[in-house]
Amino acid sequence: MDLRYTEEELAFREEVRAFIRDNLPREIRERMRLGYPPRKQDTITWQRILNARGWAAYSWPKEWGGPGWNSVQKMIFLEENLSAPAPEILSFNVTMLGPVLIQFGTEAQKRRFLPAAANLDEWWCQGFSEPGAGSDLASLKTRAVKEGDHYIVNGQKIWTSTAHNADWCFCLVRTNPQAAKKQEGISFLLIDMKTPGVEVRPIISIDGSHHLNEVFFTDVKVPVENLVGEENRGWSVAKFLLGNERTGIARLGKSKERVRFAKEVAREVRMNGKPLIEDRGFRTRVAQLEVDMKALEITQMRVVSAYDKAKDGRPDPLSSVLKIKGTELLQGTSELVMDVGGPQAMPAWTQELAALTNEPALLPEWSPQMAPAYLMLRAASIYGGTNEIQKNILNKAVLGL
Amino acid sequence: MDFDLTDDQRLLGESVARLLADEYAFDQRKKLLGVAPGWSEALWARYAELGLLGLPIPEEYGGFGGGAVDVMLLQQAFGRHLVLEPFLATVVLGATAIREAGDKALQEEFLPAIAAGECKLAFAHYERQSRYDITDVLTTATPRNGGWVLEGGKSVVLHGDCADKLVVSARTGGSREEAEGISLFLVEGEAEGLLRRGYALRDGTRAAELSLSGAAARLIGPKDQALPIVERVVQAGIAAMAGEVIGAMEAMQAMTLDYLKTRQQFGRPIGDNQALQHRAAEMLVAMEQGRSMAMLAAMSLSEADPAERARSISMAKVGVGQAGRFVSQNAVQLHGGIGMTDEYAVGHYFRRVMVIEHMFGDTAWHLDRLADQVQ
Repeated sequence: MDLRYTEEELAFREEVRAFIRDNLPREIRERMRLGYPPRKQDTITWQRILNARGWAAYSWPKEWGGPGWNSVQKMIFLEENLSAPAPEILSFNVTMLGPVLIQFGTEAQKRRFLPAAANLDEWWCQGFSEPGAGSDLASLKTRAVKEGDHYIVNGQKIWTSTAHNADWCFCLVRTNPQAAKKQEGISFLLIDMKTPGVEVRPIISIDGSHHLNEVFFTDVKVPVENLVGEENRGWSVAKFLLGNERTGIARLGKSKERVRFAKEVAREVRMNGKPLIEDRGFRTRVAQLEVDMKALEITQMRVVSAYDKAKDGRPDPLSSVLKIKGTELLQGTSELVMDVGGPQAMPAWTQELAALTNEPALLPEWSPQMAPAYLMLRAASIYGGTNEIQKNILNKAVLGL
Repeated sequence: MDFDLTDDQRLLGESVARLLADEYAFDQRKKLLGVAPGWSEALWARYAELGLLGLPIPEEYGGFGGGAVDVMLLQQAFGRHLVLEPFLATVVLGATAIREAGDKALQEEFLPAIAAGECKLAFAHYERQSRYDITDVLTTATPRNGGWVLEGGKSVVLHGDCADKLVVSARTGGSREEAEGISLFLVEGEAEGLLRRGYALRDGTRAAELSLSGAAARLIGPKDQALPIVERVVQAGIAAMAGEVIGAMEAMQAMTLDYLKTRQQFGRPIGDNQALQHRAAEMLVAMEQGRSMAMLAAMSLSEADPAERARSISMAKVGVGQAGRFVSQNAVQLHGGIGMTDEYAVGHYFRRVMVIEHMFGDTAWHLDRLADQVQ
């Protein structure tokens, strides 16, 4: 047993770190450091830089343009990318669609979609959740009826992140409402967002941003060649997708980077007549977060190093531990950052305030994204299988309750 | 990075598990409690036969030459059965002190005897007033007749009542809370001028209060400069106890799951209730995070940089302490009334974890040290 990284792993980390340092455009890094979510173009720019290096499709086999890394390398890469901080690789393209097509897709589908997904020439979104199908995903109702060489899709998806940016949507639809089990009548379809009958309506979230959407499908014609896997077997595709590639699920690099940022700002703001960084309560809070991050880092190493050894290729149920603790830390660190900001974190940066912020700046540059990041990350324990669902998974898969 | 166990480690784990399954059932353990010496001399001899008492002792001194991970795994097995014998006091604390402080002659004198089960040690450092602060030493050492005599007292000395010899810290210089001036001494268990009052801790393990009034002592290690050795000993103790807590948490988790599946209320197992299922899942999460920290503790013992080592050990003590508290409190809660009874095992594990948390710096103390270092 040895917790230390090997020489090769350390050299790999150094290689990744150096590449990001030398190639991440400065203005993107600076926006990320101040807590701004990446702009659409930031994500595209960075993913293309990584793809030119052969790293964007980090979890794919070499055959399809991936680097062929093992799980430890993937973990190191993701952590370095997050803690840079650089925009995250678009997970819809790389960790969701890509592995699904590689596993279930036809040769034609792979050739048509994989290179464009890796290079972010096409932006994908995920059409899973519906108003009546959240945690109980298999009860989804969006209907696809085969007519000749097309499916006709009718229904509604919700919480569709970045659908307004997306060129394509991978979608779960019901193709057999009569199936004995609700899981057995579902299919996995690729839908071009420009198809007539697709309508995207924004949902503004509590952070004030437009990230989420409703997507409506009205008599949308989808060519049958856009079916992935067999008809009515989409649930196994979805299960593969949700269980696949949990390496980055804890997003630990992000939490670490946010604690660094909080400490930086805490040198600037004051508490009881001295810098906040010198305050005992603040330091204890940071120390506790650092303990929890260290524990998660090691738990993550344990889970990740077991991936490559697992014979059945099934996800370790302990990755639910990573999801639960990882999101608790994302939330805990975003709370810390916001609390460091204090009252200056509270102004709503709408047009009204933005218009007032010509030189000299009205408010510190670190302030605008503190509250929105905190607000947005309340979703972390909801998306990707709520943390309560993760506990159900642990109960079923590990504890046998 | 590598989380695999070696074949030796697997074999060791299996043979210890077999021995303890046969000899350390809850009722067998209960018979040992409350009857002097409060643990089993017969099993102590068996541990020696199996090589357990020489586990971390170098082969040249008759040991097995194992590392901190081996000790962690053994302590984990001990934790599952709430083993009462003075392994920690002798083989971890005592032998570490001898190894860190002693020259070759001293090691030759003690380590083979420890491995053979012929010498029990105790580590007497903390005092009534010192709580967790390792520089707070008031006991004094004065030269006499070419040797030393000690004056003062030591508090909650683990297995101090049965030790053949005690490693005792005392001031040869400096004042209370000064890092310099602390030295380590060996005192015979039966030395004149040493009064030992033995008692059971809340978990049934043995400890003692020591009064030293002119007890003859033999200096080991560097005069005035023993604090780094004391730190090493404490860190080895923290790492070993972390392993024990993991074992105890595993046992509590297993008992609790069993109870959730069998205890019927409202005509169905109580484990059908999602509130209880989720609590059990949270216990699992805490246990796995604690396990990671116990690994950190074991691995960081070999860290060369003292500051980095101390930091990792403190992180581990906090992480394991918090996990242990969460798991044990909820194990009792999910058992309901039966969990409160002395005749049921879960409360014994609860008390062991409680005692461990309050040795060598509790959660708050170590968190405070980490807070000092935030930068």
